[in-house]
Amino acid sequence: MADILALVEHRQGTIRDITYELLTYGRKLTEKTGGKLTGVVLGHNTDRYTETLKKHAHRLVVVDHEVFKDFNAETYQVALVDIIKKENPFLTLIGNTAFGIDLCPALATKLDIPFTTDCIGVEIADTRVKLTRQLYDGKMDAHVRLSDSSSYMLTLRSGTCAAEEGSLAAEIQKIDAPVTNQPDYKKFIEYIEAAVGDVDITKADVLVGVGRGIKEQANLAMIEEFAKAMGGVVACSRPIVDANWLPKDRQVGSSGKTVKPKLYIAVGISGAFQHIAGMKSADTIIAINKDPNAPIFNEADYGIVDDLFKVVPALKNKIMEMKQ
Amino acid sequence: MELIVCIKRVPQTAEAEVKIDDSGKDIVKDRLTFDMNEADSYALEEAILLKEKFGGAITAVSLGTAEAEDTLRIALAKGADNAIRIKAEEFGELDGYKTAMIIKEAIKDLKFDAIFTGCMATDDSYYQVGPVLAETLGVPHATLVSKIELTDKKVHVNRELEGGLIEHLEMSLPAVFAVQTGINEPRYASLIAIRRAAAKEIKVLGKDDIASEPKLNSTLEELFVPPVGKRAEFLTGTADEVSARTAEIIKEKGLI
Ligand SMILES: Cc1cc2nc3c(=O)[nH]c(=O)nc-3n(C[C@H](O)[C@H](O)[C@H](O)COP(=O)(O)OP(=O)(O)OC[C@H]3O[C@@H](n4cnc5c(N)ncnc54)[C@H](O)[C@@H]3O)c2cc1C
Ligand SMILES: Nc1ncnc2c1ncn2[C@@H]1O[C@H](COP(=O)(O)O)[C@@H](O)[C@H]1O
Repeated sequence: MADILALVEHRQGTIRDITYELLTYGRKLTEKTGGKLTGVVLGHNTDRYTETLKKHAHRLVVVDHEVFKDFNAETYQVALVDIIKKENPFLTLIGNTAFGIDLCPALATKLDIPFTTDCIGVEIADTRVKLTRQLYDGKMDAHVRLSDSSSYMLTLRSGTCAAEEGSLAAEIQKIDAPVTNQPDYKKFIEYIEAAVGDVDITKADVLVGVGRGIKEQANLAMIEEFAKAMGGVVACSRPIVDANWLPKDRQVGSSGKTVKPKLYIAVGISGAFQHIAGMKSADTIIAINKDPNAPIFNEADYGIVDDLFKVVPALKNKIMEMKQ
Repeated sequence: MELIVCIKRVPQTAEAEVKIDDSGKDIVKDRLTFDMNEADSYALEEAILLKEKFGGAITAVSLGTAEAEDTLRIALAKGADNAIRIKAEEFGELDGYKTAMIIKEAIKDLKFDAIFTGCMATDDSYYQVGPVLAETLGVPHATLVSKIELTDKKVHVNRELEGGLIEHLEMSLPAVFAVQTGINEPRYASLIAIRRAAAKEIKVLGKDDIASEPKLNSTLEELFVPPVGKRAEFLTGTADEVSARTAEIIKEKGLI
């Protein structure tokens, strides 16, 4: 009877998608282990959350207090240490999100239980937990075993499991907040929205996404011309923004924008999952990359394995010809 | 200010062919190039910027094999004052937790106002070392840090969330900051500085200097090539032929 705990993630009053993925995954695991799935809700005015969450878990443990309105790893940790010690779940699931990354490693260390991060698969056999993780820029997968324990913790990468509707009716258990103030040494102040730029890449039908393969800022002119010939807009991967070659509002991916153009041409982009997360829903994806093993080719519809400095100008010319 | 920066030397695999070695648990490394982990150059730069503004000293720490000393020398050339290498070869298998615990032992006698790490290392993608180090040292942490502003008594810290949303926190020192890429513009080391750094002493610590060997949280059982997903239809031929075919596909879709 291995019970599973899944942490509910919400932001600005909305439950985040990862929550339903975690609950779906947790539910499937309990179907095998015979245990119960408990969702943990730390928040404020939580009725709006529990109403929709009820279907997804056997139980909901709820701590409702203003201090939990916004995420703070310090206050969340205090509450979760209490809850996990009391519930003693076999496994605690947290999203590998900005929230989970801040929370899980310190929380598990405090509880002194084995954990690992960014998992893309979980297998439970008896009292053992075997995980799949990705290493080396997504070019290798690894099976990893957590050291033997009665309780484990992990963060799950978003997209590992598609969220499904639940048909459960969770019993709700409210508990008192064990902490009511944010500590002086770490206080959440506010959210700052991403700046709005002059071009909205989420509205374009054709996007040319450029990555580190472009090598130098000066070479971006070639990509601009190519995009113009296509009647499209230039977007990019994170390193291009990190280098200040393009503004942040052009970045596609988990920490940038999610786009759904009719056509996405990835030029010199390796296809890290954080990038894929932002463009996988494009109708058609064409990737140009000199590395035949680049993960981007697992997402693309069409692949060109060649030097982008040869292909892009040639393709631009063909498009120009065709338009005449 | 006393500042510590954790630096990992990692293989550069984004453009390389990556193969599994005979043990089945590691990759073939002899033909790969190695460099400072990307986020760590941003972490180091952030420490150097603070030192330039408020004075103090920076200690760079790396748990690695002898080659990690080359990476530490780059850190010294850029602006670190001291460097410590902990002999990874004496500790067997490592995970993020064990790494953090070993680093803690190595720095526990150092005073610090802030410790900087990268938000993740590109080889193992753990996102663990910064926050575990903070927890075991009993200080607060922030991960995915995209801005640090120090005022009289407080530090204003931005964390980068999904979709480019920023979380603004107020913290106090000492603290651990796991820095996200793009937070600053890492400087290059000048040739003179690199030459000077070659003569600097790097403190080397081994197992005997660590009170007791920390446990592992996880053990790697095997590496395998990720199962191919929906694989692309590859267009082959000369750049001209490939372009003609691609242009046709784009046209068929009604996009030109
Ligand atoms: C918390 C977090 C959030 C992140 N969020 C995002 C995000 O939102 N968006 C994002 O993009 N990344 C994000 N990243 C970064 C991500 O992990 C990768 O580092 C990044 O996507 C890599 O960008 P890239 O593909 O341009 O560069 P690389 O991985 O360096 O790939 C460059 C590619 O160019 C190819 N290439 C080089 N030269 C040529 C040539 N001449 N012709 C053809 N091909 C060539 C190479 O083969 C290689 O595949 C995030 C990381 C973290 C930790
Ligand atoms: N072996 C190591 N030596 C020094 N610092 C490390 C080491 N491994 C990880 N770090 C630091 O911790 C950060 C996060 O690494 P990880 O938790 O492994 O993803 C890195 O960016 C480094 O700053």
